[in-house]
Amino acid sequence: MEILFFYLVALVALASGFLVIRCQSPVNSALALVNTFFCLAVFYVMLNAPFMAAVQIMVYAGAIMVLILFVIMLLNLGIEARQRYMRGIVWSSLGSLLMFLVALFIIKRGRVTGATGDITEYTIQNFGHTELIGMTMFTEFLLPFEIAGILLLVAVVGALVLAKRDV
Amino acid sequence: MIGVYHYMTVAAILFAMGTYGVLTRRNAIVIFMCVELMLNSVNLTFISLSRHLQSMDGQIFVFFVMSVAAAEAAVGLALMITFFRNRETIDVDQINMLKL
Repeated sequence: MEILFFYLVALVALASGFLVIRCQSPVNSALALVNTFFCLAVFYVMLNAPFMAAVQIMVYAGAIMVLILFVIMLLNLGIEARQRYMRGIVWSSLGSLLMFLVALFIIKRGRVTGATGDITEYTIQNFGHTELIGMTMFTEFLLPFEIAGILLLVAVVGALVLAKRDV
Repeated sequence: MIGVYHYMTVAAILFAMGTYGVLTRRNAIVIFMCVELMLNSVNLTFISLSRHLQSMDGQIFVFFVMSVAAAEAAVGLALMITFFRNRETIDVDQINMLKL
């Protein structure tokens, strides 16, 4: 039952991922990308990471996609021109296929080691996923967390400076 | 039972799709969305391995990937708006002003 559900969600995710790269209009690509994000959020729930699923919906499907859609509508982009370079398409499909095959080879041949931590399903359900994330983030990963905050500040200032009309 | 390999295969397919999109599309915003797709497939790998190894570190990494993606979205879209003001297009074939 669970595996059937997994295959269904994976099919939807891959189909909408395909639509992202095939749709001619950027708005259709953006909507397909939102669909992919929702499918990944379902995967996160299946992996016992509900906090990550919520953040995925809020940050990706909420904030980032709204920003992208705003810019698409602001720039009033039309349909992408149909003129294509056959050589570029052949080489890039070969490149991405090669990349996929190497990744598949590593996945099939590599052996994932056994559990290294002690966060079991039982711990997550009893202690709460958000609490576990917060505890790890504010003890072990405090410095990277602060650096991420500074990065976001710099990004906001940079975006303002870049998009201002007269610099 | 769904193994970690299932999730990683889905993530690999999504990553390859994103690579193909980045290499073939010419609209800068669509290229940007394909980069987001690749980042998301990496996130899926991180979370599935983190659950498999029963450790929390991978999910913290996903958090940082998300914050970097948000920063990248803000700066990248601002760059596109600036470029559109100058050239009236965001076709990446037309972005060659730095070429001699």
